[in-house]
Amino acid sequence: MDPIFLVEAAINGILLGGVLALLALGLNLIFGVLDIVWIAYVDLVMLCMYAIYFFNVSFGWPIWAAGLVSLVLGALLGIAVHLLIISPILTSAPINQLLATGGLLFFLQSAATFLWTTDHRTVRLSLPSYEIAGIFLPATRIIPFAISILAVIALYFFLTRTYIGTAIRAVSQDREAMSLMGASPQRVYLVTSAVGGLMAGLAGALLIFQYSVHPFFGGQFGPLTFMICVLGGLGNMVGAFIASFIMSEIIAIGGVVISTEMGYVIAFVIFIVMMFVRPGGILAKRE
Amino acid sequence: MTRGRLLALAVLAFLLVAPFLPMGGMQQYVLHVAIQIFIWSFIGQAWSLMGRFGLVSLGHGAFLGVGAYTTTLLWNFYSLTPWIGALLAVAAAVGIAVVLGIPCFRFRVIGHYFALVTLAVGEVIRLLIVAERDWTGGSLGASLKTAGTASGLWTLQFADKRVFYYASLVLFLAGLSVWDRVDRSMARPALEAIGEDETAAASVGIRVTRFKLGITVVSAGLTALGGVLYAQYMSYVNPDTLSGIGVSLKIVFAVVLGGMYSLMGPLVGTALTTALGEALRIAFGLKFLGMADTIYGLLLIIFIIFLPAGIYGSIREAIRRRDAGSEATPHAAAR
Amino acid sequence: MLELSQVTAGYGHFTALWDVSLRVAEGEAVAVVGPNGAGKTTLLRVISGLIAPRSGRIAFEGAELAGHPPHDIVAHGIAHVPEGRRLFPGLTVADNLKMGAFVPAARARYRESLERVYTLFPVLAERQGQRAGSMSGGEQQMLALGRALMSRPKIILLDEPSLGLAPVMVLRVFDLIRRVREEGYTILVVEQNVRQVLKLVDRAYLLEVGRLKMEGRAAELAEQDFVRKAYMGV
Repeated sequence: MDPIFLVEAAINGILLGGVLALLALGLNLIFGVLDIVWIAYVDLVMLCMYAIYFFNVSFGWPIWAAGLVSLVLGALLGIAVHLLIISPILTSAPINQLLATGGLLFFLQSAATFLWTTDHRTVRLSLPSYEIAGIFLPATRIIPFAISILAVIALYFFLTRTYIGTAIRAVSQDREAMSLMGASPQRVYLVTSAVGGLMAGLAGALLIFQYSVHPFFGGQFGPLTFMICVLGGLGNMVGAFIASFIMSEIIAIGGVVISTEMGYVIAFVIFIVMMFVRPGGILAKRE
Repeated sequence: MTRGRLLALAVLAFLLVAPFLPMGGMQQYVLHVAIQIFIWSFIGQAWSLMGRFGLVSLGHGAFLGVGAYTTTLLWNFYSLTPWIGALLAVAAAVGIAVVLGIPCFRFRVIGHYFALVTLAVGEVIRLLIVAERDWTGGSLGASLKTAGTASGLWTLQFADKRVFYYASLVLFLAGLSVWDRVDRSMARPALEAIGEDETAAASVGIRVTRFKLGITVVSAGLTALGGVLYAQYMSYVNPDTLSGIGVSLKIVFAVVLGGMYSLMGPLVGTALTTALGEALRIAFGLKFLGMADTIYGLLLIIFIIFLPAGIYGSIREAIRRRDAGSEATPHAAAR
Repeated sequence: MLELSQVTAGYGHFTALWDVSLRVAEGEAVAVVGPNGAGKTTLLRVISGLIAPRSGRIAFEGAELAGHPPHDIVAHGIAHVPEGRRLFPGLTVADNLKMGAFVPAARARYRESLERVYTLFPVLAERQGQRAGSMSGGEQQMLALGRALMSRPKIILLDEPSLGLAPVMVLRVFDLIRRVREEGYTILVVEQNVRQVLKLVDRAYLLEVGRLKMEGRAAELAEQDFVRKAYMGV
């Protein structure tokens, strides 16, 4: 095969990895602080994508405005999920917490099916495609990647340079000690949930560039996100970032060498192999 | 003989003769529903063997799918009798359980982390089934090759639904028996201790990995068996009904609804969800696609928040508390 | 300033404290000593709100605090340095200190507090950017103390400050506590190292199996024969 295709695939892998990283980091942020996995996380992304679709296609809003709606909706959804579902079960057994968010997944996917049918909805964006040295780089892939990297950097500064960001990191390291600092856990959880939701909203805005939305979108990207998080070590932000690109590269290159589907299969099989060897993730588990 | 025993025997007797009772033309339908309930209760029971001890698997679809597809494909391509196919199916499921269980348990992957790993595995199996469409038929599923004149015990294909009825009833009762055995065995307090505090359990000499692996293997093998019978009955396998998050969550939902810690919990929960599903299907037909699951999801959330012991478990608790008189336990530090 | 009246508390079915009553006056340094498992840590956790008492009252400057959540109690001016320090290992010294000033009243003046802590503990100023997890036991104790000071507390609760430290470090730590005391802070310290702590405080209580067995001026307690034999290895 012409090596140019491999290079193109490798680059596409990186471009995809950026957006996957947003998903994985958002999920990890919430888990790191609350010790609860939002199984329905990518379904929140799905809702935000529908919002973009309706605001842009049905109401005629410009795409950037619809994207902003997505961000705001994401943050609001994050807060809502925390208040309505997570808060009441904070002290319940892990299985109950898992089932609560699992139930949410069910509910969101089914409600979406009921409300909007299983039809795929696309946002029509006509964006240019660039060619560099024989490699095609469509703007629909470059722009999301650039924005996602900016978002990751912004997240980094938020977590390390702002007071509340540092507080979020502190809570994930020692929740009880943080309450002795005078921090109301509920406030920290709400901020974390809002930020996590915001990232879901942003991810939705970026994914709509390339993918159509349908009720089972969560089934497409959810397991992949979970696998990335586990691969990187659940709760480990750096690990998740790295794992995002590892998985996206395997998918992209495998996709070009064999087939799109097999690309996913190989990535998932490698994930399984990693689970045999280091279930704690490629980097150590969260301290 | 105690009153409870008498009641159980009466119910059993009723179940045994039920297929022969006059049902005014509804017989095929009633049998179909009963078979579904028995098989899925059995699967739920198998899942609860892990779930009740804190080993929450959201990927039991993997074992189910492996079970169903192994026998189906071996029969379709090699005319291998499902009896041997079932043995191989169970072996495959057990193999997966062991290969993933050992590193997970040794590295102390527990709680949400463990659930996420199982979820991922369930999805991987589903994806593998879909990807290997030359063998499996992909997302369209695969039909079980009819045995035609060879139908019968050897090929586990029966024209008469009543045979499947009895088969699934037997399987269900066997599942109850296994659950009961585990409940009475030495493994139970050990697993409960592990579920509560692994480190403490290990420090008193409990072989944590061995116990966890043991119960996982039993759970996986039984689930695979359930998948085998289901495939034989439906004569059709499909990756979405038999593997992946969807079915895994449905199993868990039914068990939790009925009550995870009690013997009859899975049956109660499965019966209720089946009844709900059928009722909605009859009421709305295909008009409100997704309505049933929307209600499931909502109910699940509400139940988890307000009735975590499930319906059956909560009723039992309420009865017990009324009989014994309660003693308020002080509330320890909040989170 | 701080007054506990007949506080009973525990975990689940287990009761760790029975009918405990004690007082700490403003400006005092008071110790609670006793063997392992006596309930000393539980005592501090009850005061700072990590555990709700089953019965009894906890009054601080007139306000009734029993059952209030920790963040509320910190806002009233009670700082708790927990057993084992409980620093945020991945955060720097500076960040750990900043977290100490979380309550709004403290956060508004956090730069001022930070200056004060750095003056009191110059070593912390030197190691501002160091990860707390990589510091030695003695330095961690210093940081934990500094972090408590950041909330501009009126009283500081210290849980086993000498725990896990080498003897030389123990002396240094008690010296630090002395310095903090000299700044005018009220101190309630819970300790197993009876000899050292009695040199530091004005009064002491003896807690055994959840009940207060004795109370008195530090010097008097140190003289008691059985205290010397049982707890000071004399």
